[in-house]
Amino acid sequence: MTIASPVIEVRNVFKSFKTVQAVRGIDLTIYPGQFVALLGPNGAGKTTLVEMIEGIQKPDRGEILILGKSWRGNEDELRKVIGLSLQETRFIDKLTVRETVKLFASFFDLDNSRIDEIINLVGLDEKRKSYVVNLSGGQRQRLALGIALLNEPVILLLDEPTTGLDPNARREIWSILQKLRERTQTSMILTTHYMEEAEKLCEQIVIIDQGQILKQGTLEELLSDENRDQTENPDRIPLKTLDDLFILLTGRSLHE
Amino acid sequence: MNSPIRYRQLIQLILAHLRQIIREPGVLFWGIIFPILMSLGLGFAFTKKADVYRDVAWVKEQPARADSSGSALEIFLKDHQIKRSSDKDGDICYRITLPDDKLGNTTYTVRVMEWKKAMVLLKRGNITIILDEKNGRLEYHFDPMNPDAQLIYLKLSGLFTNPALLQRPSNPDIRPMTITGTRYIDFLVPGLIAMGVMMSIMWGVSYEIIDNRAKKLLRRMVATPMKKSYYLIALITVRIGMNFIESGLLFLFTWIVFGIQVQGSVPALITIFMAGNIAFAGIAIFMSSHTAKTEIGNGLINLVSMPMMVLSGIFFSYHNFPEWSTSIIRAFPLTMLADGVRSVFIEGAGFTEIAIPSLIMAGTGTIFFIAGLKIFKWH
Repeated sequence: MTIASPVIEVRNVFKSFKTVQAVRGIDLTIYPGQFVALLGPNGAGKTTLVEMIEGIQKPDRGEILILGKSWRGNEDELRKVIGLSLQETRFIDKLTVRETVKLFASFFDLDNSRIDEIINLVGLDEKRKSYVVNLSGGQRQRLALGIALLNEPVILLLDEPTTGLDPNARREIWSILQKLRERTQTSMILTTHYMEEAEKLCEQIVIIDQGQILKQGTLEELLSDENRDQTENPDRIPLKTLDDLFILLTGRSLHE
Repeated sequence: MNSPIRYRQLIQLILAHLRQIIREPGVLFWGIIFPILMSLGLGFAFTKKADVYRDVAWVKEQPARADSSGSALEIFLKDHQIKRSSDKDGDICYRITLPDDKLGNTTYTVRVMEWKKAMVLLKRGNITIILDEKNGRLEYHFDPMNPDAQLIYLKLSGLFTNPALLQRPSNPDIRPMTITGTRYIDFLVPGLIAMGVMMSIMWGVSYEIIDNRAKKLLRRMVATPMKKSYYLIALITVRIGMNFIESGLLFLFTWIVFGIQVQGSVPALITIFMAGNIAFAGIAIFMSSHTAKTEIGNGLINLVSMPMMVLSGIFFSYHNFPEWSTSIIRAFPLTMLADGVRSVFIEGAGFTEIAIPSLIMAGTGTIFFIAGLKIFKWH
């Protein structure tokens, strides 16, 4: 059995903004098909890390490789393999759903069949002629996700894609992502405040705070590691959920 | 994708910006209908002869003796059989009409009142002049800086010394100028075209970029293989195209209604118009290069456009400003554009006259565009 090459390699990366050290020596490796949840309280450094992976921020120190290549000199090539969806993405209000998808499809030189396929995939068939401004929050996020998937990305970066959505709209997004996971080799980094979302969608969980990775692994590994330590401290209550673990590690709940 | 020019990207970006504009009724109103209404309003106000009505307060002197023949003004009114009536407040008043078939009739309603009430009306702007009497002698109280009050003073004092004016409907000394190019509307329309270009580009390009940055749409777009320059080229192209349409419609309308004509070279007009568009496009990119806050964007756009709108001679000539300031005002891109368009419209100018301002404006736009791109924030 051959081990696939990593799609993302983050090596000892540092990043500061004026007096704030946003990222302090992070190492992270992601393989094809892996879905990774990046969890951390506000200001932990998640967004900065994602922006560096996305290539819009440069690390002060360290190295980031996408498919074995750095951003410098390879921007055009790497932009073609990345899909991105941001929290509360707002597109051009007075374009229809189809016109919006078509606009982004032109950036990747994709044809009409892919546009229709994507609209169908995210369940916006009935809304294809509706202006973006008239879509609900959930429909708008589905449109954003569809656009992120237009180019069949090797790497999908989702920054809090379900924040502010009602439970039904959130489940619709999860359903699309689960299908993606079953059918493709796309790797995904998801930043989220919803523990249930991380547990449901991602096999790898990375807990980050104050610019550093505190723990990473599968949910089972993380919980069993911590509970193993309990034998040394019998007074502590056993950890049952990701939220328990998160509070233990950061001293804050996931929503803070 | 092999072609260095990614036509599909550019076409789709142009279509997206165009659709956004034409689907927004407000944009069409402010871009097309509003300038036409403004030209219509100002054009009629300044080109059609209109009657003028002004109220004047008269603080009447109490007669010293019962058999007194009255004050100078009272004698004038009696001599010329100007009837006493009452105004809307029930005060005694006299209506004096100066007939004029060239300038339009002027009617002064001389309202009798006490000093205190006259002062209140003056402060409110209902009147601009108070007539008072001291020992039968008429005194005029008004702000000497107020041109309307000055005019009333000159006309009334002239009338009281030369009552024959009441009977002279036609002044043979006045020869009205109606030749195309010498009317106020001929001065106004080129100014409106120039102002339209500035406002359309400053709001349509600057504000659009800042708003898209605030919405994170710019960040979302540059995460794709979209060529960044195409976004700006498409935005500017659509705006300039819309400016041609908006200005063309304004010209067409004023040509039909007021008979406006282009007396100079049309290619020269297109050249200076394009140069003005380039100047403002460059400035707009520079102004919107950094901020992601629409409130700051509003301030920046107003900071650039408001002084020019007031000073650049859009509605009235800037030559009335102090002499030291006119050389500064002439350097403003809006002044150059308005003066250039005006010179082609009403002075019959050609390429020779507009070459230098066109080069300066295009150069200004290019410098600002390059500087803006250097500091441009896409996210």
